[in-house]
Amino acid sequence: MNSPQDEQPVIALVHCPVPLSNQQHVLLGHGSGGKMSAELIRGMFLPELGNDILNALEDQATFELAHLGLETTGQGAAAAFPPGARLAFTTDAYVVKPLFFPGGDIGKLAVHGTVNDLAVGGARPLYLSAAFILEEGLPLELLRRIVGSMREACEAAGVQLVAGDTKVVDRGKGDQVFITTSGIGLVPPGRNLSIARAQPGDRILVSGTIGDHGMTIMSLREGLEFETSLQSDTAPLHDLAEQMLTACPNIRCMRDPTRGGVASALNELAEAARVGIKIDEAQLPVRDEVRAACELLGLDPLYVANEGKLIAVVPAADAERLLAVVRSHPLGRDARLLGEVVDDHPGMVVMRSLVGGQRVVSMLAGEQLPRIC
Amino acid sequence: MKYQDEYRDPAAARKLQQAIRQATTRPWTIMEVCGGQTHTIVKYGIDELLPPEIELVHGPGCPVCVTPLEVIDRALEIATRPDVIFCSFGDMLRVPGSQGDLFSVKAAGGDVRIVYSPLDCLKIAADHPDRTVVFFAVGFETTAPANAMAVWQAQRRGIVNFAVLVSHSLVPPAIAAIMASPQNRVRGFLAAGHVCAVMGYEAYEPLAQQFQVPIVVTGFEPLDLLEGILRCVRMLEAGRCGVDNQYARVVRRQGNTAAIDLVKQVFEVTDRKWRGIGTIAASGLRLSEAFRHYDAEVRFPVSRHDAREPDTCISGLILQGVKKPWQCPAFGTNCTPEHPLGATMVSSEGACAAYYHYGRHREVANMPAR
Amino acid sequence: MCLGVPGKVLTTYHEHDLLMGKVDFGGVVKQVCLAHTPEVQPGQYVVVHVGFSLQVIDEAEAQAVFQFLENMQELDELDRPDDVADAGGNGSVPSP
Repeated sequence: MNSPQDEQPVIALVHCPVPLSNQQHVLLGHGSGGKMSAELIRGMFLPELGNDILNALEDQATFELAHLGLETTGQGAAAAFPPGARLAFTTDAYVVKPLFFPGGDIGKLAVHGTVNDLAVGGARPLYLSAAFILEEGLPLELLRRIVGSMREACEAAGVQLVAGDTKVVDRGKGDQVFITTSGIGLVPPGRNLSIARAQPGDRILVSGTIGDHGMTIMSLREGLEFETSLQSDTAPLHDLAEQMLTACPNIRCMRDPTRGGVASALNELAEAARVGIKIDEAQLPVRDEVRAACELLGLDPLYVANEGKLIAVVPAADAERLLAVVRSHPLGRDARLLGEVVDDHPGMVVMRSLVGGQRVVSMLAGEQLPRIC
Repeated sequence: MKYQDEYRDPAAARKLQQAIRQATTRPWTIMEVCGGQTHTIVKYGIDELLPPEIELVHGPGCPVCVTPLEVIDRALEIATRPDVIFCSFGDMLRVPGSQGDLFSVKAAGGDVRIVYSPLDCLKIAADHPDRTVVFFAVGFETTAPANAMAVWQAQRRGIVNFAVLVSHSLVPPAIAAIMASPQNRVRGFLAAGHVCAVMGYEAYEPLAQQFQVPIVVTGFEPLDLLEGILRCVRMLEAGRCGVDNQYARVVRRQGNTAAIDLVKQVFEVTDRKWRGIGTIAASGLRLSEAFRHYDAEVRFPVSRHDAREPDTCISGLILQGVKKPWQCPAFGTNCTPEHPLGATMVSSEGACAAYYHYGRHREVANMPAR
Repeated sequence: MCLGVPGKVLTTYHEHDLLMGKVDFGGVVKQVCLAHTPEVQPGQYVVVHVGFSLQVIDEAEAQAVFQFLENMQELDELDRPDDVADAGGNGSVPSP
């Protein structure tokens, strides 16, 4: 999208998708920076994702801070960048097999993931960039579906994709498509979320069922396939996060428990704040299918990835009120308070089992593997 | 899930816990043979629910743990061959041989795949007629019928590009070896429910008599284990020996005869080495004469060598219930699941790994040894 | 050793002359080889290990532990909150 090398006028073409010659597949030429690259950009990316900033096709996206979407303060709309406001910036790479799965696809993941990383930091997501590594031979129709899906996700999350790049690698040197997105958001003045702020007595909230995304992907994994009505939970959390922070500005911190699952997120928290965390197995929201699939393959839902859930640490006095707020949001209906921050065992997460014993929930050593024993 | 959720019921667990407390008047050391049971015990904190007189020690019932180093080395050697697709249960991929594990072979270009069922290998073999699919057939009696069926089907369907690397172990000889050891402290056993689902429990009756111990065939859910422990304690307190069956919903005395018949056709009993313990007579299975041509070690010339375990590893003592994981100086320091020194740390089901994974290494400082 | 998971046999069929079945594990359906439990009927539960049924679950025996608990009359009086607290529900969330 940036630096298409040639000087053709583009604006006129933006609203009228150009047929991508007669190609059905991604060719090495699409990453050459030459005519074919430009064709891909104008024929596919701009019609789907275009906006004033992207359409300019500059080498960089430029935007004024006054447009950053903060509600106006006493100084009126002229307030450019209110004192105390901060920028949040994040980046993430997305690799998933298969590209399309029940509940989503790599394009949605790439938008939601970066939006969520911003949102759980208390930032309002504004702009994204996206870099695509395409494997030679990828059907263009697949790419079109992915880009269309990213457009929908961007619209739903209220963000604009303002910069991008595309490279093509030899057939066999990639795995269809990899996407890297980066995002910028604005943290309003006074918001200061940090995992180091968790204090003994705080409660821990999870916004819904855990393990849905990871087990959906696992159900499609070659050799392990099983039939299920499970769907990935991939979703943008910006609105939920914003409502939570508006209702309860005292939230200490939030996390989205993606790779490594809830267990890893809680361990990072315990480690960073040097506090103990105690959770209750009976309070873990786990769908029956996720539980069953985990039993079948010998996996633990605590370590399975989520793509549309967040964990929040909140002062005890606000916990029940926050839970009600979260449950009233469509993405938070199955929310639970699953535990608390404690003085004991700093750096450790301890879970009370269903039958009353306790165990430590440690960080995962590597990938969870299906086991026979 | 039916037959699972109700066996995790907290109120019922509490009743069993009370019954165990009431039944216990003296210290007893009980071994759960099976790693799956160890997993449940540590995962649900069942050992914490028991009175201090009851000590659970964790037995050698983890097929991944007891697979000898040299067999892993052979697996790595075969998996490296470009003409081989090497298939394994997920558990075996991280088990270290003398040099590296199956993951490192995969990273170096070997075609290593995780399968859920041994039958999946036959599909892969049919899809890749130009290469040989080698399945790492590990397991105890529970897995033997499945692995036997894959070989039997290959023979019947004339699938020639399939072979198995066999590392099968049998439980009763291991129990006998533990009981015969002069260091033995175990007074009662919880036998592995799923092993007995296949084999039945007749074979345990002479063992119970010979060593004058109670052996309770036990399931894998928290209530199963608590009930198994209760039955075992009651027998110990009453001075009775013999075999009791807690897991009657799945285990019949004669076992699964269809499965046993197939295993007997495809496999024969052999001596075998147990990682961390040593060679136990008649404690393993190998392919019988009629199926020997499916043996990957016959199909592919592999180097024979005796691999040496690190001297600092005390996994043999742990597998026999003589020591607890945290009594090993290397536990959690030089020996972790990422860099295991020996048998009991290599699989998530091994006693050391189970303790490590559920954080017992970090509790040691805060918790008196039980 | 030997992860075994209970599931309900939905249907049976033959593949390469082997008795196979679709087995439902709490909403997750997987194909399982039933050759070692040839007598099994749809609707019955089997314990499954590495894609093979090990044994058919005996419904009557499955109730034994709960009857055993009921019979522990002398323990009923102990069934009150004490040092072993109650863990409450099981956190299950039905799927939509």
